[in-house]
Parts: sequence; structure tokens; C-alpha cells
Amino acid sequence: MAEVHERDNPAEARLAAIRLPEEEAGWARAARAAALARLRRTGLPNQRDEYWRETDPSAFVAPEPVPAAPLVTDEPPVFDAIDRLKVVFVDGVFDPEASDPLALDHVEIERLADVLQADIHWARDLFGRLEETAHDPVPRPFAALNTAVAGDGIVIRVRGRAPKPISLIYLHRDDRSDAVLHHLVRIEPGAELTLLENGPAAARFNQLLEVEVAAGGSFHHVRAQGRDHERRAVTHLVGRVAEGGVLKSFTLTANGALSRNEYVVRLEGAEAVTHLAGAAVGDGAVHPFHHDDTIFVTHAAESCESRQVFKKVLRNGAVGVFQGKILVRSVAQKTDGYQLSQGLMLDGDSRFFAKPELEIYADDVKCSHGSTCGAIDEEQLFYLRARGVPRPEAENLLVLAFLAEALEEIEDPALADDIRARLEAWLRRRQG
Amino acid sequence: MMDGDDLRIREGVDRETVETVKSVGERYKYGFSTDIETEFAPKGLDEDIIRLISEKNEEPEWMLEWRLGAYRRWLRMEEPRWAMLDYPVIDYQDQYYYAKPKSMEKRPKSLDEVDPKLLETYEKLGIPLREQMILAGVEGAEQLPPAEGGRRVAVDAVFDSVSVGTTFQEELKKAGVIFCPISEAIREHPDLVRKYLGSVVPQGDNFFAALNSAVFSDGSFVYVPPGVRCPMELSTYFRINAEKTGQFERTLIIADKGSYVSYLEGCTAPMRDTTQLHAAVVEIVVLEDAEVKYSTVQNWYPGDEEGRGGIYNFVTKRADCREARAKISWTQVETGSAITWKYPSCILRGDESQGEFYSIAITNNRQQADTGTKMLHLGRNTRSRIVSKGISAGRSQNTYRGLVRIHPRATGSRNFTQCDSLLIGNECGAHTVPYIDVRNNSSRVEHEATTSKVDEDQLFYCRQRGMDEEEAVALVVNGFCREVLQALPMEFAMEAQQLVAISLEGSVG
Repeated sequence: MAEVHERDNPAEARLAAIRLPEEEAGWARAARAAALARLRRTGLPNQRDEYWRETDPSAFVAPEPVPAAPLVTDEPPVFDAIDRLKVVFVDGVFDPEASDPLALDHVEIERLADVLQADIHWARDLFGRLEETAHDPVPRPFAALNTAVAGDGIVIRVRGRAPKPISLIYLHRDDRSDAVLHHLVRIEPGAELTLLENGPAAARFNQLLEVEVAAGGSFHHVRAQGRDHERRAVTHLVGRVAEGGVLKSFTLTANGALSRNEYVVRLEGAEAVTHLAGAAVGDGAVHPFHHDDTIFVTHAAESCESRQVFKKVLRNGAVGVFQGKILVRSVAQKTDGYQLSQGLMLDGDSRFFAKPELEIYADDVKCSHGSTCGAIDEEQLFYLRARGVPRPEAENLLVLAFLAEALEEIEDPALADDIRARLEAWLRRRQG
Repeated sequence: MMDGDDLRIREGVDRETVETVKSVGERYKYGFSTDIETEFAPKGLDEDIIRLISEKNEEPEWMLEWRLGAYRRWLRMEEPRWAMLDYPVIDYQDQYYYAKPKSMEKRPKSLDEVDPKLLETYEKLGIPLREQMILAGVEGAEQLPPAEGGRRVAVDAVFDSVSVGTTFQEELKKAGVIFCPISEAIREHPDLVRKYLGSVVPQGDNFFAALNSAVFSDGSFVYVPPGVRCPMELSTYFRINAEKTGQFERTLIIADKGSYVSYLEGCTAPMRDTTQLHAAVVEIVVLEDAEVKYSTVQNWYPGDEEGRGGIYNFVTKRADCREARAKISWTQVETGSAITWKYPSCILRGDESQGEFYSIAITNNRQQADTGTKMLHLGRNTRSRIVSKGISAGRSQNTYRGLVRIHPRATGSRNFTQCDSLLIGNECGAHTVPYIDVRNNSSRVEHEATTSKVDEDQLFYCRQRGMDEEEAVALVVNGFCREVLQALPMEFAMEAQQLVAISLEGSVG
């Protein structure tokens, strides 16, 4: 996979320009140097790389971001009504004024920039360590880049049940901002946390979340990627789940010129569970929309369960890409793996690409995947219209029904309602 | 092994299954080699070898140029390594590219003149060329009811680099069907060959197709004229015999407007410790309202339990449904070969054209298969269906790799894909790598895949009725493959069913 191509100049220039931060603790500097070495080994990607064939990475490779204007809107942001601990980043920089005090029962919250200065810190076992394991067999160059240069982020350790969600809010102000954020989360045995993320963050955003879930711990992640039309984001969620642990993630993507969300999750203890889900709605009429979910779930222990449910609604030249893989190692008997990727095309211009892969080395497993693509079912539409529902409303109803299975992966009903309301608003805006 | 009494006692057990299990002990049945004097071209590959092959086949100048063009492209190409296959580097200079039984030096005019040793070989393989020839010679034979064991089939038998003989040629000629070795077609029907050769799989299509285009020595050529339903099934039987010899056959099938032909392909090779290369190309052109059914039972020598020897099988097969309502159906049963790299594809260019792909791929011991299909929907209202069954046992690796692409113009198209994998044992792998690319919204694409193991309840049920474990597994696996077996012509289906069981020998317990 890691073929060495002749890299074009922007990639070379970008690599050559990387300067590692110097004022940090020895372990942090070592982790960054190792990440940079990984990156130099694989190089930055181009469209000849198998996992970048359908998504052009050049905007992430270029030395400077493509300028993107922040979206101006009066609507209250998502999760506004949820009781949560707010942590605000503006163009990728922590804003202590706008944030709540970093204190919550059973939870230690610190700023990454501070943690990397500390000579002794538990985070040394996590920072870049999970990312490092995510490159086999497919390199994740932007994750390595993130570890090498990330300037900010949040470090969370949970020792019990967090009383309320921690909410990361990414504000975008500067047209040319280029944000790199790196978060670490460690869920101790039996502990629980819900992490929320929302907002566009910057014109160009590279985000990496390393999550370690210890035995019996549980981590819930709900994200709404910002609605700025021209924003470009490449994100990675790298997770490791121990015995009986749970890692669940849901992402809503509405708008955005380019979103590439990668998930690399390893189920390492018996009966570990991961559910990954996403709903992406894109209209390419005025601004381009390209959304890519790239997933790699490894079953490395017995009796684990994984679910992937990714739905995309596309219109006016929007592009949806799904590349999902379930790898079942020979030790992982009694695996239950499920993967669903579906595209709903609202007109004839859009494009849906899916590569749902299974790689299985254990015989006592139940693994399946399904992938479909098509238009709204005319018969269903007819049924609704025959009952007096106007066509646009009927279409919206069917789109929401199509997305429902992905939304079901959000456990907290208040969060699910909030996300559903955003989808309804998106559909209303596009009517007429 | 069971004796005759056992056979009687076990009422209700499918006779087929019992006989299959009985023959299991024979292992690879076709592993014998024929001791025959063979003429080789010097080892290795260069332009002189290509000139030699072309000369031996008495080819016109344009054909030689075509080959040399392919060779020059091949030199600049890299061997593809993206498949989930692990094999040592192939030394392309350490192979013979041309081997011909000495007795074929003078082209025999009829099967009467063919070396009896060769005919014997085919007899042993279950292909009675002589019998067919006699049948063909008997006046009024065509009025006879089909002989016991099934319908009549015209056979082109290819032995190493040359075609040994083709049966029923006369009768086919009456219907206007041309069925002959491709070497003969290049001489006798140059216009047809020139028009269609390389029009589906161009010389530089891929590394192995380019190699084949440069060095192919024989293969079959079929032309079915407009409106003709080919009066019998056509079949080619490929046999590799000589050591260190690659087989590079090329098949070209043209179904003109409104015609129909069913074509069968079988292959075997002797057991040897060294691996052998096989790189074939099959091109099919289907014109308006025509239909081609192409069935393969691939049973090349798979190597031994430790993965020594076996055929490296790199095959490019593609059908072009060039005009409206053309239909192609690929059915393959892949049980042999140490390495299989094969993706029979359908280009659905004509409006309302149809492509089908039915596949059973069985790997055991150290075998590796990376196989699947491509469905390229270019025309409006085109339809495709993929049913793939992969069975892995022993320490084998079995991958389905397929592409379904619906172009923006291909409105109203439809694809359904189902790929199921079955794992027997805990040291093998089953993988699914589908690519789905949809570029309009009036088309519907559905893909389903499952991976599971042999159902314990089904096994228990069978064993309760007195089957031993191996029998029971064979029965369950045959059930698992049912949909594909049903798509095969009858004789092939029976052979395939038995092969399924034989290939899994030793995988249980």
C-alpha cells in the first residue's frame, strides 16, 4: 500500500517547512519527532494512493489553506440547550475567556499545550501512541502530521461517570486560518464520558482525537461539523477499546467544501463494542460538497461487536465517499460485525462511491455489509402525496426516514433531537 | 472409504454426494502428465521468440506487428501487486513461451491424423475427441437423440501452445458458425480477427494482457453470424503438459446481431513441484440482441498441501455488450490454481444490455484467489447481477474484488450484488473488496455481503442422518453454492458439484 510515488512539489515543500515545537518536555519532543519520521516515510498523499483516489487531498497538502469565509447566521448553534462544559477554540486556539472553567467531577481536563510542557504526565502513554498504531496497513499521513505539529487541544482523563458532557466548540473567524488540534481522552475502568464537538474551526482544519477506553469504560462522541460552505476538514478518531468497553461516535455533516473523516478503532478486549455512524447532507449547487468517511475497525479479541452506519444525501453535484473496512483477526471468534453505507441522490448530478471491505481470518463470525444507492422511491412519494402531503414535505419526510437509522446510534434522546432539528432546518433551507 | 453395502444402506442420501465423497481419496485427478516429445522454443522472452511464434503459426505481417507492439508496451509496464496475493517474484525469462508436441509438426488434417497419445490424454480427462469425431462422421448423427450423459458439445482441445483438434467443425459450418483455433482464424478469417482482436482487451490493457498479446500461441475463435442460434455448446479444453512452460491462450468470441452461443471452458495441468504460469485473455463481442453464455470450470493444478507447485493463473476476461439488448453471462467455478487473479468483466455499452456474473471460488491448503468482476454501466437501462460465493479452507486466502460503476449517461440502470463467504477452519481468510461508484440517481445499486462459517445446525442434521463429517460439509457447501451451480450448463454443474467436494478434501477435522 505504501507505494512511494514521485511526490509533487507542494508536498515536498510542505514537509520541508515543518518545524517541530522546541520548548516542550523530552517525551513530547520524542513523540513529535517519531510522528514526523512516520510522515516522511509515507509522504503526503495524492490521488494515486488507493485510499485517496476518490478524494483529492491536495487542499490538505498545500502549504497554505484555501481561504474560506465564516458563515454568518442568527441561528443558535447546535447543543445550545444542552447542559455541558464548554471548551472554546477560535481558529484552532484555546480561548479561556469564552470557555467554562476546566473543572468537572471525576474528570481531569487540561490544555494540551500545558501537558506537553510537563516532564511527568500520564499523557505520554497516549500522545501519538495510538496514532502510531493506526498506520498499518494504510498510512494516515495527516494524522502523523497532526501529532508532529498540533499546537493546541484538550487532554481529558475520566475516573467515574462525568456529570455532564464536555463540549468542544470550534469557532471560525479568520478567512485564512489553518487549525491543527489534537485531543487525548482516557476513560478509566468503568468510567463514562460524552464528548460533543461542533463548529467549523477554521478555513482548514486538521483534527486528531486519540481515545483509550479501559475495561468497562464508555465513550460517547457526538459531532456536528460546522456549516461553513468553504471549510475543509480532515479528522481522525483513533480509538482502542478494552474488555467490555464501549466507543460510540456519531457525526452530522451539513455543508463544507471538503470533509474527510477517518476512524481507526481496535477492539482489543473481549466483548468490546464500537458503533460508528454518520449522516451527511450535501448540496453542491452554490458551493462544492465533498464528504468522505474512511473507516477501519479491527476485531482483535473474542465476542466483540462493531457497527458502521453511514448515510449520505446528495444533490446538485455533491459527492459522497465511503471506504469502510472490518478486519477480523483469527483470535476474534464470535465476532459480530455489521456495516451499512447508503447514498440517496436527490438529482441526477451527484456521485456516490462506496468501498465496503471485509477482511476475515476467523471462522466463527457473523459479518455482513450492505451498500445501496438510488433516488427517492417514487412509490413512497406517491403514497404520501395521495394522502395530501405536498411534494417537498413528502421528500423531506422520506429523507429523514432514510437518515433515521444513523441517528438511532445517538443514545441520548436530547442530543438526537437536537441533531434531527438541524437536519430538518437544512432540508427547509434547501426547499423552493 | 465406504463399500457397496454402505451405499445401499444410506437411503435418501444423494447418490451424487456419496460418489463424490468416494472419489475424494483420489485427490487431484488430473495430475498425470503425458510423456510425449515436445518441441520448445528457447527459454526466455525477447522479440525473436515472438517472431518465432508468429512464424510457427504462419501469421501475416500485421499480426506480428501487433504482437511486437504489445511486447514493447509490456516491457514498460509493472506487474500489478494490488491484489491480496502473496507469491514470489516471477522470472519471466525462466519460462518457455512455446511448446508444441512434435507429432503436431505437420498440421493434421483431421482428428484421424492426430497422435493417439494426445487423444488418449483427452480421453483420460473425460473428453472423448475421437468418439465425437466418429459421431460427426456418421450420416444423420445430428438427428440422433442426445447421447446418454447429455447434449452434444463441440470441443477445441488446446495442448500446451497448440490446438490439437476441433470437433463438429463441419456441422457448425453448415449453420454458418466459425469455431476453430485462433491461429487458424488469423490465416482463414483475417478480416474478422483484425476487426475484433484487441477491441475489448487492448494490447496494453494490463501487464498480463500485454504479455498474452505478445506471446499467445493458440486459443479458440468463435463467430456466430446474425440470427443464428449455435446448434450445440462450444467448448475449449486447455491442458498444460510441458514443464516450465507458460500457457498463453487467447479466445475471441463474436456474437453477431440476434445470435446465441453457449461456451464452456475447462482446464487442467499435471502435478509438478515447480509453479507454472498461465496468462490468458478472453474477449467477447456481443452485438445487438445477441447473447453469450460463458462458463468456466477452472481446475488447474493447485499445488500440494504445503503450497509447492501449482499454476499461477492471471487471466483477463472481458465482454463488450456493444449494442442494444446484448447479453453476457459469466459463470465460473474456480477450484484450481495456486494463485488466481481473474476478473471477468462486462462493458454494458448498448442500451438495455445485461451482464451477469456467477462465481464459486474455492481455496484450500495454500491456495490464494483474488477474483471478482467489473460491471461498467454505460448505456441506458442496463442491468447487472453479481452472485459470488467464496469458500476458504485450510490455510488459503480468498478475496472477492469487484467494481460496479454507473456512468452519468447510464440512467435507469440496475445492479444487484451478493457476495457470500464461507470459512472452514481457523487458519484461512475470506475477504471482500467491492467498489461501488454511482453517478446518476435514476439507477439503483444494491450490494450485500455476508461471511459466516458452516452452520452447526445443518451439519448436526446431516450427521444425525448418518453422514460423516466430510460428506456433511460437502453437502452444506453445495447448498451454499446452489444459486451459482444452477447457472451452469447441466454437465458442467455436475462436474462442478463434485469438484466442490474434492477441493475441500482434508479441510475438516
